[in-house]
Amino acid sequence: MNNILLICKKELKSYFASPIAYILMAFFALIFGFGFYTATRDMVRYSFQAQMMGQAPPPMSVNDQIIRPLLGFASTVALFLIPMITMRTFAEEKSRGTIELLLTSPVNDIQIIIGKWLGAMLLYLCVLGMSMINIALLFAWGKPDLKPVLVAYLGLILQGGCLLAIGVFISTTTKNQIIAGGVTFFVCLLLWLLSWFTAFDTTGGASVVNYLSIVTHFENFSKGVIELKDVVFYLSMIFFALFITSRAMESLRWRA
Amino acid sequence: MIKVDGLTKRYARTVAVDNISFEVEKGQIVGFLGPNGAGKTTTMRVLTCFLPPTSGTANIAGFDVVEQPMEVKRRIGYLPETPPVYPEMEVAEYLNFVGRLKQISSGDIARRVDEVLGRCAIGDVRNKLIGKLSKGYKQRVGIAQAIIHNPDVLILDEPTSGLDPKQIIEIRELLRQLAGEHTIILSTHILSEVEHSCERVIIISQGKLVAIDSVANLTNRLRGSEAVAVEVEAADGRPNPSEVLGRLEQVSGVSRVVMKEPKDGRLLFEIESLQGRQIRADVARTVVNAGWGLNELRTVGLSLEDIFLQLTAAEKKDQETVGGKSE
Repeated sequence: MNNILLICKKELKSYFASPIAYILMAFFALIFGFGFYTATRDMVRYSFQAQMMGQAPPPMSVNDQIIRPLLGFASTVALFLIPMITMRTFAEEKSRGTIELLLTSPVNDIQIIIGKWLGAMLLYLCVLGMSMINIALLFAWGKPDLKPVLVAYLGLILQGGCLLAIGVFISTTTKNQIIAGGVTFFVCLLLWLLSWFTAFDTTGGASVVNYLSIVTHFENFSKGVIELKDVVFYLSMIFFALFITSRAMESLRWRA
Repeated sequence: MIKVDGLTKRYARTVAVDNISFEVEKGQIVGFLGPNGAGKTTTMRVLTCFLPPTSGTANIAGFDVVEQPMEVKRRIGYLPETPPVYPEMEVAEYLNFVGRLKQISSGDIARRVDEVLGRCAIGDVRNKLIGKLSKGYKQRVGIAQAIIHNPDVLILDEPTSGLDPKQIIEIRELLRQLAGEHTIILSTHILSEVEHSCERVIIISQGKLVAIDSVANLTNRLRGSEAVAVEVEAADGRPNPSEVLGRLEQVSGVSRVVMKEPKDGRLLFEIESLQGRQIRADVARTVVNAGWGLNELRTVGLSLEDIFLQLTAAEKKDQETVGGKSE
């Protein structure tokens, strides 16, 4: 456990010593802020219009009309940020030769992998944290329901953990960060598109693909529903990705 | 302390290390010598548990590198070819990280970091970013990293490569200080390195063990003997080179004769004597008695460099003849 924390701390330190952490946080804050602005503006305009027409305002909810689409939007934006978080994890260690230090120290592969994944996870949480500024504003001036917001964040965290684990795996396969980032980006994009293509197709094959698409499992969370199958899906995907990462590292030694 | 037995490492198409066996006693400092691509780094990587061997075993302090890698890793300090440093970390911070990674307790870590900072003379840069340091300083940080947990065995891959002469002398001095308490293996392709800092030499070439001996023995083995360069006049196609070679080989006390490229009809030979034998007079007599012209006869000293070249060249020649026969 100590080793995991040690490596996690080192990872975080590396992220924040380089501009990457700040760039990601600023980039996410900007895009999310823009989404927040448009969603809030539309809702306010809509309620004004309703009042000017002399009608009673229709039932409106901050949760349904602002928070839910916004956090859904955040989950899509995250797909694009995740490759930038994970691409360096192993590729950089390999190109710098520091992987030799890690692999000849008395820590095992699993500890290194989990430490690195946890470090990536914490940076991802910092990035996601930027969105809480906007959400907090809604709580300051409105009365949204807290529980579905928390559930949606849980979904974002699980989805992120899943994609980060996949990204870490891809990073072990190369010493070139650009390749690691590019392939991870492509995989994220593919998972996103899969959920689109198969959304209205209910034949057997399509529903399997749809089920495997990491994005579709987020939908229930965004509605404020925790479904066991989604949680199990995410946790097992994380476990599976980290497991094949450890296999990849093992094979690295035999091939290298 | 280190015991390697029949170690072989094969990559997809090439054999990097071919059936190497050697032992290193506790407290010894051993030079691992070979031309580039001889398999030095691969052997070291196997010893440090970075790579598993294809066959054979390696033991460090009684622990097998495949069976008990954790125990081995606890007892070794390793400096790879490029120092494994993180440029975004400060020197002391980095040593702190490595120390914790090597399981130094949080109570001891500050003391150990100060100690190695002093030992490697990098105290003046303790708060500098490693990325900003010169190559020599980085190398010393690399050595500090290897000794921070006071390992039984130190494995250093070309510790002086890329350093300026003054830095090389400093590192040698440091190695000498470390030698008493640690068992050290250092690899190099520079011979003077070995002459200066090692007690024993292991020479490998093309993955094969060529020689293993103490530095003194190895130099004595050929320095104690005599090497003579002879030039024989060969006008009119006489004498026949192989005939001269044959005669010279029969002189008593000669261990081997190497024929050099002939120049303008003059034949050049290098003759080595057996240990403690004087052969100059006999060689001269043989040439003159045969009626050939003796143009030159002088002794040549053999440096470790020559020994190394001879040993590795002989190895190559053997392989070529073997290859030639099989074709």
